[in-house]
Amino acid sequence: DRGPPSPSPGDTSVLAGLYGPVEVKGSKELPDRAALEVLLRPKVGLPGVMERSREQLLRRTCETVVLGVLHPRTAITLVLQVLSDAGSLLSCCLNAACMGLLDAGLPLASLFCGITCALDPHGAIILDPTTRQEQDARAVLTFAIDSAERKVLTATTRGSCSVEEMQQCLVAAQRAADTIFQFYRDSVRRKYSKS
Amino acid sequence: MKATPLSNCERRFLLRAIEERKRLDGRQCYDYRNVRISFGADYGCCIVELGKTRVLAQVSCELVAPKPNRPTEGILFFNLELSPMAAPGFEPGRQSELLVKLNRLIERCLRNSKCIDTESLCIVAGEKVWQIRLDLHLLNHDGNIIDAASIAGIVALCHFRRPDVSVQGEEVTVYTPEERDPVPLSIHHMPICVSFAFFQQGTYLLVDPSEREESVMDGVLVIAMNKHREICTIQSSGGIMLVKDQVLRCSKITAVKVAEITELIQKALENDQKVRKEGGKFGFAESIPNQKITAFKMESAAVDTNNVEEQAEEIITKAEPPSEVFAKPILHTPGTAQIGEGIENSWGDLEESEKEEAEEEGESEATAFECHKMETETETEGRRITEAKKDEPIVLSDSEEEEVVILEPQELPKKTRTQTKPKQENTSKKAFNKRRRKKRAAY
Repeated sequence: DRGPPSPSPGDTSVLAGLYGPVEVKGSKELPDRAALEVLLRPKVGLPGVMERSREQLLRRTCETVVLGVLHPRTAITLVLQVLSDAGSLLSCCLNAACMGLLDAGLPLASLFCGITCALDPHGAIILDPTTRQEQDARAVLTFAIDSAERKVLTATTRGSCSVEEMQQCLVAAQRAADTIFQFYRDSVRRKYSKS
Repeated sequence: MKATPLSNCERRFLLRAIEERKRLDGRQCYDYRNVRISFGADYGCCIVELGKTRVLAQVSCELVAPKPNRPTEGILFFNLELSPMAAPGFEPGRQSELLVKLNRLIERCLRNSKCIDTESLCIVAGEKVWQIRLDLHLLNHDGNIIDAASIAGIVALCHFRRPDVSVQGEEVTVYTPEERDPVPLSIHHMPICVSFAFFQQGTYLLVDPSEREESVMDGVLVIAMNKHREICTIQSSGGIMLVKDQVLRCSKITAVKVAEITELIQKALENDQKVRKEGGKFGFAESIPNQKITAFKMESAAVDTNNVEEQAEEIITKAEPPSEVFAKPILHTPGTAQIGEGIENSWGDLEESEKEEAEEEGESEATAFECHKMETETETEGRRITEAKKDEPIVLSDSEEEEVVILEPQELPKKTRTQTKPKQENTSKKAFNKRRRKKRAAY
C-alpha cells in the first residue's frame, strides 16, 4: 500500500507517498468513510499557512474522487514532499497526488489532473508557467480537471481576470488535461507491461 | 499511524542468521550498501540514496544579525525531519526520541567539528552575517538514517553557492546570481558518519545496518570521521559495553569507509559541475534513469488552444446569467451594516419565539457577508414582507438579563422585518443590534 511516484514537469518535482487504508486513531475515525489526510512538506523551513491551505485544497479534491465509503473507519495518509519548485507547484502536487492514489491501488471514481494557467499582461494564456511567468502574470489560475467528463473538481485563482478570460483558461485547461491523462495512461501501461 | 511490530519469529530468524554470519541482503559484515548521489536543479539541493534509505537535503541562506556573543561569526542551522512517508510509524509533529537523537548527532557532526568556516560568513561584524540553513528530509527509512543524512548534509553544503557580497566602507552590496556568479561555502573538511550495529553482547558487529537489523540489534556505535583520519564525533548508545580493541577496530574500518565515500562524493560533485558548465540538463528529472520501468518522461507537449475563445463564448452564452446580487448594504448604525435578509427558516412549523430566534440567526449570518444566500433573496423577500404585514408584536428577547437602552431613536430602513409598532421596533432593533454587535465581536 505504498505509492512513490514523482511526476515532474520541467524542473518542478513533487514526491508523493501514500499509506492506506490503515487503522486510524480513535478521534480521527469516521464511521462511514475513510478519513483522508494530506501532508505537504516544503523543501526549506517548517510548513506554514500556505502549506496548510494547499493541504486542505488537495484533501477536498482527493475526497471527491476516492471512494471512501468502501473503507469505513480507516485512514488514508498522503504525504507530498516538494523536491524542487520552478513554477506551477500546485498543479504538480495535484498530479502527484493522483498518481499516488492510482499507484497505491485505491478505489477511485475517476482520475484528476492539475493544470496551471497564467494570464500575462497582454491577455495571452500561458499553460504551466515558470516562476518568472507566474510573477509577471496578471492572474494565475489552477484547475483540477477530472478524467471522466473533463469537469472541474477544483479551481483556485490568484489575481483578477474577467469571466470570459476564466472560461477561456478553463477550456485551455481541459484541452491540456487530455495530454496529461494520456501520460498517466502510458506510464501505467509501461509499468505493468511485461516488456 | 501505528507501526507494525516485529514478530517474534522474524526476530529469532534475524538473530539466528546473524549468528551464522549471514545478512538478509547477502552483504558481508563490513559491506556498505550502494550509495547514490543525485543533485537537484538549485544549488545546494541533493538526494542521497543508501540502499533504499533516501534523504533529501537543501541548503539555503539568509542575511541576519549575528548572535550577540559571537559578532564575527555566521550562523548555522540544521534541521532533520522524519517525513511521514518514510515509515508508517512516523507521525507529523511528534518529537520522538529518535528524531532528537538524530538531530543532535547531525549537529555535533557538522557544527562542533568546525567543518564550515563561520568567520567567512561574516559581512559586517556585529550587524550582518549569513545564516546558512540545512534542511534534511528523510524520504524512506530502510535503516542507517544517520549515515545517509550526514552524507546528504555535507554534499549539499559542498554543492551550495551563496550570493556574492562586496563591502565598500559602509556600503554592502549583495549581488544576484545574474550579476555575479555565486560563491561556494568555505569548507575545511568533510565529516562522514559510519554506524556499527552490535549483536551478541558486543562481540559481533555489522556495518551499515538495514532497518530489520536495527530493530534486533543490541546497540549502535556511530563514528564521524573525515578523510584525514580525524574523529569528529563518536557516540555509543543502546547500553552495550565495548572493549577498547573493538572501538579501535571500528575506527580503522571507519577510516577505510570514509575514504571510499569521500572519493564518491568528490566524483559526484565534479560530474555535476561539468554538466552545469556544459549547459547540459540537470535536476532530478534528468537523474531518473530512463531504463527503469517505473520512470516515464514526456517532452513538453503543445496544446492546441486555437478555438479556445470561441468555445468559451459558447459556454458563457449557454450558461444562465448570474442571478442578481444584492450589493447595497443597509447601514443601521455606524459599525453595523446588513446585506440582504438572510434566509427563511425551512424547518417547518415552529412556535413564535423560536421562529424569531431562527430569523435572527438568519440575519446574523447575513452580516457575515455570505453572498450565496443572495440568490434566495428574491423569493424569500416577497414572502417575508407579506409575513411582516401581520399585526403581531414581535418580541425579540424575553431575557431579563439584557438591558436595552435606546440612545437615539432611528429611522428604520424599509427592508426590515417589522413594520408595525415603531416604538417596539426601536426596542427590538436596538436589542438586535446589540446582540449582533456581540456576535460580531465574537468573530
